Amino acid sequence: MSVQLSDPHPALTPARLSLLWRRLKGDPMGLIGLILVLIVVFCGLFSPWITPFDPFKIIVPDRFQAPSLTHLMGTDNLGRDVFSRVIAGSRIALFVGVSTIAIALAIGLSLGLLAGYGPRWLDNLLLLIFDSIYSFPTVILGLTVVTLLGASVATLMFVVIVIQTPAYARLTRTAALSLKNSEYIQAIESLGASNFRIIAVHILPNVVGPLLIIASMDIPSVVALEAGLTYLGMGIPPPAPSWGRILQEGFGLIRVAPWIVVSGGIPLIITTLGFTFLGESLRDHLDPRLRRVV
Amino acid sequence: MLFYAVQRIGLSILILITSMVMLFTALKLIPGDPATIMLGSRASAQMRTRITEQLGLNDPIIVQLGTFFGRILQGNLGTDMWSQRPVSQIVIENLPYTLVLIGVGLGWAALIGIPLGCYSAIRRNSFIDKFTGVISVGTISIPSFVVAIYIILLFAITLGWLPIIGAGDPGDRGDQMLHLIMPGFALGLGWVGYLSRIVRASMLEVMGENHIRTARAFGLPEFQIVKSYALRIAILPTITLLAIAIGGLLSSAVFVEAIFARPGIGKLIVDAANMRNFPVVQGGVLTTVALFALTMPIADLLVAWLDPRVRATL
Amino acid sequence: MTGDVLDIRGLSLRFDTQQGAVHALRNIDMTVPRGEIVGVVGESGSGKSTLALAVMRLLPGNAVIASGTIAFCGSDLLKLPEDEMRAIRGTRISMVFQDPMTSLNPVRSIGWQMADIQYRDRAASAAQKRAKSLEALQGVGIPDAASQLDRFPFQFSGGMRQRIAIAMSLLQKPELLIADEVTTALDVTLEAQILHLLRELRKNINGSILFISHNLGAIAEICDRVVVLYAGEVVESGPVGEIFNRPRHPYTKALIACDPARIETVTRELPVIAGDVPNLHRIPEACIFAPRCPVAIDRCHTERPADVMAGPSHRARCHLVAGGPA
Repeated sequence: MSVQLSDPHPALTPARLSLLWRRLKGDPMGLIGLILVLIVVFCGLFSPWITPFDPFKIIVPDRFQAPSLTHLMGTDNLGRDVFSRVIAGSRIALFVGVSTIAIALAIGLSLGLLAGYGPRWLDNLLLLIFDSIYSFPTVILGLTVVTLLGASVATLMFVVIVIQTPAYARLTRTAALSLKNSEYIQAIESLGASNFRIIAVHILPNVVGPLLIIASMDIPSVVALEAGLTYLGMGIPPPAPSWGRILQEGFGLIRVAPWIVVSGGIPLIITTLGFTFLGESLRDHLDPRLRRVV
Repeated sequence: MLFYAVQRIGLSILILITSMVMLFTALKLIPGDPATIMLGSRASAQMRTRITEQLGLNDPIIVQLGTFFGRILQGNLGTDMWSQRPVSQIVIENLPYTLVLIGVGLGWAALIGIPLGCYSAIRRNSFIDKFTGVISVGTISIPSFVVAIYIILLFAITLGWLPIIGAGDPGDRGDQMLHLIMPGFALGLGWVGYLSRIVRASMLEVMGENHIRTARAFGLPEFQIVKSYALRIAILPTITLLAIAIGGLLSSAVFVEAIFARPGIGKLIVDAANMRNFPVVQGGVLTTVALFALTMPIADLLVAWLDPRVRATL
Repeated sequence: MTGDVLDIRGLSLRFDTQQGAVHALRNIDMTVPRGEIVGVVGESGSGKSTLALAVMRLLPGNAVIASGTIAFCGSDLLKLPEDEMRAIRGTRISMVFQDPMTSLNPVRSIGWQMADIQYRDRAASAAQKRAKSLEALQGVGIPDAASQLDRFPFQFSGGMRQRIAIAMSLLQKPELLIADEVTTALDVTLEAQILHLLRELRKNINGSILFISHNLGAIAEICDRVVVLYAGEVVESGPVGEIFNRPRHPYTKALIACDPARIETVTRELPVIAGDVPNLHRIPEACIFAPRCPVAIDRCHTERPADVMAGPSHRARCHLVAGGPA
């Protein structure tokens, strides 16, 4: 990844935002992404009000109904309306996705600044820790932590934060390092600015913007990770209608009630495609220099 | 070249050691009594004492750390709580299945993805290029387990063409290959897109360079230029990026093995994690981490072998 | 075979870009007679390299040949199907490029590249191809050529790489060698060596060379004829002696006057040509040099000049040059 956060980035002024909107309108992939993301966010925000049925309510006589006009995605083995569960699941997905990335960003930013601006030994130590975390494939790291701590929402969030933080920390560190040695910063130092001021006023604004863009592109993978771990029984415990849970229950019933599994996969596809399309489009229009290869 | 190899492997070992220390530390930091966690809250005091002693949990930390590393160096990854078999043996039994799955998945992804990337670079903005671009983003972002479940629904349940469970009859190669089709496909699908994109980006960069223009000035056929001149250079960053992404491949393998109930390290870890069978989880995790840690130096060595400029700086 | 090796008539070329069309070459007339070295001189952006790439038909995708012909030994290159053109590249017309640091493939050995260029010689064995490569390297003065064949480009200096590039281009004994600013990236000593090499080679191979450069000294040293290019037009062309001793076009005169090597009177200032190279999006109905010309008259700003014969095979495109129609 050759992301240069240290290059000066144009600020997000209203003029640029309107230019961005115009460009986005002409980009079909970006538009589709935006629409999909809006659908997911809408469902997540307003789910208690838009679910046609109670996602948790068990109505045994209604079980195993194929999709119909009343039950758009059918019912599962306990008579619960799958469509309502799917919408409720969007709340979980969004909550986990956004909050964990936000926390990971905050921690990563701090650690990265520390590594870049602090003493050399601290930098080396932090790098070693980051690389070691990297050397665990994500799901496997997740499984390990869950084995140790037990499956719960908190554990899941902890896992995601541990996985995401090194990436953000590294990016911040690289930016901090190169900025630290740039003539621009040296000039400011020679004018007597304190380290804190340098970091807060000069380095941070440059770093935050692109970091946000990159972080928002991690939302789909975090959502997928949560769903995956829950699918394996290692994520959010029942009866929370996480999409991974719906998939897990549906897989067991795949021969008798295939609609459950289909319905569980659809929101995941919508979310991952939507955020990815939108993220790519935004990145292309806002700052093509951020183009990671993938 | 030899010194370079030693250097790279040494660095990986250092990272591996740090990971193991972190694993060990995590173990020690968990709240509660490890014995209770493993045996469940209804275990008798007698069983708990026995487990505690068996695992050496009463010894000082340094001793435990030492025994931890000592055992690993000897190839002793502990004992499976349930079957009382050595974990290393269990790992060795399951590892080949995972390696085969990864090989098949990555293999077909490379077979299709690399030429697709080349084609997209040469015929930039053609229909195939744009189509591949959109499909790539799509397949990369859709989680592999969703793909796996959907193709099971389509090919196994609805159409009844392919078997779902397991790796097939051990003696029957054909049956085993049949069992590899869906898992391999699910594993590799995201990678076709990934590979085609990085190859495309690499190739676009290389094809714009002056030496390609020289090759054309000598009347070399375009196919030859792409194959022997451009691809040779473009493949180098591709190899490095692939090595970095192997972690994702191993993660996907966990899901695929679990869904298809295929034997392998992934399924081993998942099943053990569900039963809180920590020695097995630890052994499986260490193996995957070691695998992953080895891919970077192998990739670097491969690049050094292919690129004379790197060799010269060694 | 008699006749000119290269005969370009009325060549006009444009690049279609997002900002509109750039008329890079307009109404180019020039020839390369058999066995001669013809120099093309001009500033950066005058279209010299574009001209070379046009002959080779290696222009980028957005280039459009608006009109004209490029006759090579009688046949129009612009009308050839691509595979026939490809057959000519490297065999009958060869090109050496400007930057030796990037024009050779970095991951293949010299020997490999030179052998691969000979891919059309299906009958030749690997050993024969290697022998031919060896001979070519020795011909350009590479010492210890046998062991150099297995080395890689990054192991050679810029001057050596340029020699290797020249050796590669002469492998198939082309009838025309296009040398596009081959000495621009080299220092003066190396430049002298390469120029000397080119002169020697021309004697031995009996081929023609199209020598592109912005260095008047180099042009004066090895060329038989000179074509002066300004902003995509041939403003003057003729035998080298004529051009340098009796330049007619104001631009040529200014160019020569600006050459530091020719300064005879020491003043405090370096002579320059005032103004900038014109924007090639809109071509005015006027002499293209008029805005910068020190002796321009009203007519120069309103009417395009036609070519005029200022002497035997000496043409100039200027209202102020006396002579018969070209």
